Amino acid sequence: MDTSWKAISARAATPLIYLVLTILWEAGTRVFHIPGWILPAPTAIFTMAKDWAPELLYNTYVTVRETIIGFVLALVLSLPLAVIIAFTSTARRLLYPILLGLQSVPKVALAPLVILWLGIGNWPKIVIVVLVCFFPILVNVVAGFEAVPKPMMDLMYSLRASKLAIFRRLRAPIAMPHLFTGCKIAITFAVIGAVIGEFVAAQEGLGYMILVSTAQSQTPLAFAAIILLTFISIALYYAIEFLEKKFVTWHP
Amino acid sequence: MMGGHPAAIVSSAARTNAGGTRSSETAAIELFGVTKVFGEGPSATPALGPLDLAIETGSFVSVVGPSGCGKSTLLRLIAGLEKPTSGRLRRYGDDLDGPSRKVGIVFQDHVLFPWASVLENVMLPAEVLSLPKAAALERAHWLLELTGLKDFASHKPHMLSGGMKQRAAFCRAVLADPQLLLLDEPFGALDALTREELSLELSRLWQDLGRTALLITHDLGEAILLGDRIIIMSDRPGRIRLDMRVDLPRPRDVNTMKDPRFIEIHQIARDLLFTRQRN
Repeated sequence: MDTSWKAISARAATPLIYLVLTILWEAGTRVFHIPGWILPAPTAIFTMAKDWAPELLYNTYVTVRETIIGFVLALVLSLPLAVIIAFTSTARRLLYPILLGLQSVPKVALAPLVILWLGIGNWPKIVIVVLVCFFPILVNVVAGFEAVPKPMMDLMYSLRASKLAIFRRLRAPIAMPHLFTGCKIAITFAVIGAVIGEFVAAQEGLGYMILVSTAQSQTPLAFAAIILLTFISIALYYAIEFLEKKFVTWHP
Repeated sequence: MMGGHPAAIVSSAARTNAGGTRSSETAAIELFGVTKVFGEGPSATPALGPLDLAIETGSFVSVVGPSGCGKSTLLRLIAGLEKPTSGRLRRYGDDLDGPSRKVGIVFQDHVLFPWASVLENVMLPAEVLSLPKAAALERAHWLLELTGLKDFASHKPHMLSGGMKQRAAFCRAVLADPQLLLLDEPFGALDALTREELSLELSRLWQDLGRTALLITHDLGEAILLGDRIIIMSDRPGRIRLDMRVDLPRPRDVNTMKDPRFIEIHQIARDLLFTRQRN
């Protein structure tokens, strides 16, 4: 009885904290008469969100679409490159320093250039998402390919295994958890990338909505969009974690 | 001290003919003046040798030595995973050139792939060496049955006990029916009881399979219990201090350890291991 109560309270703790914070927020805005355009009350945000539901929903769709397309493209581009880098020492020597250098470039700073080159539309935003997702995936997968314990390598060498066999039977499975780590980092970056793209130049998406609604002092709507973005980020993260649990069933 | 003892001690120099001329056909492994030095220049550390050694086909040879004496290096050289700094190695009369498919290795730490089932792990050599699948699968199941792992074929390694993991590793090492089995402290990570049980089991399996085996261990009792011959190595750089026949009858069991001859051999080897070498 005592332990079950403990279990319930442990599980309820997080939602409870959120609930308390929301109530405090609501109370604070009322008690201190904070103007709605500075910090809207949760109820105000909720009412606004209800009124603008179709627009919010559509723009959520737009942002999610950019995020996922960009993320998948980054995955498709980085995986073969990671394999090439892991496989050939020449490619590794030539490409890896360049890629590490590029990784240090703040991708956000490239956003205006991408818009300049690709114009306004879906593609520049997708390209920015690709840019921010690409490196975390690549770097983690390359590290994964190289995270092979020496005794396992010795085992494969002792069987005179070919490079391909070592890759298929050893490097690829070893790299799986690293791939998912990279994906989890990348997917949160991806949402940020999409919003930045929408900030710089766009006519739709949640980032665009935040920009327009704050410009018009419709702060509750901006808050509604921010909350939606947070949920998107969390949902995508857990989607990847779900896939990870499905595919990586082993314990190291 | 060595010469004064009645035991059948054969010095390493007498066993192999110096100079590396073609020796007896039966030798599975031959080493001629093999040395191994790690590093270069002032930081170079001699790890092994010079070493002359011949291992006859079909025999079980145990190598015992203090930790850091280069006994694992010796195994890695014979496995072809390391190259000697000087000297020559031969495997079945041919100059040793890297790892061979005819050699199976049981590593210190089972080295099972955690993402693969026990059966998949045991089948790894068959997959890598592209052996006929059906026959390999049949042999894998036979080996798993022999080692009492039949019911765990589809289990992942983390669900197995330490002894079971090492049994699975043994099955994998012998799947491709290697002529030579190299055992690198295979029971090192196990508790004393499992160790004893498993080493006796291994002894029985080895007899069934009838292959040449080289065991590296720091456990003297284990070395004598399993070996036809024990080789005791000196401190780093590892050289052969004692090379001795273990003339105990087979099959051996727990009672072998109570045999006066066992105790005698154990005593000789122990005295030698505990008296530090003087130059």
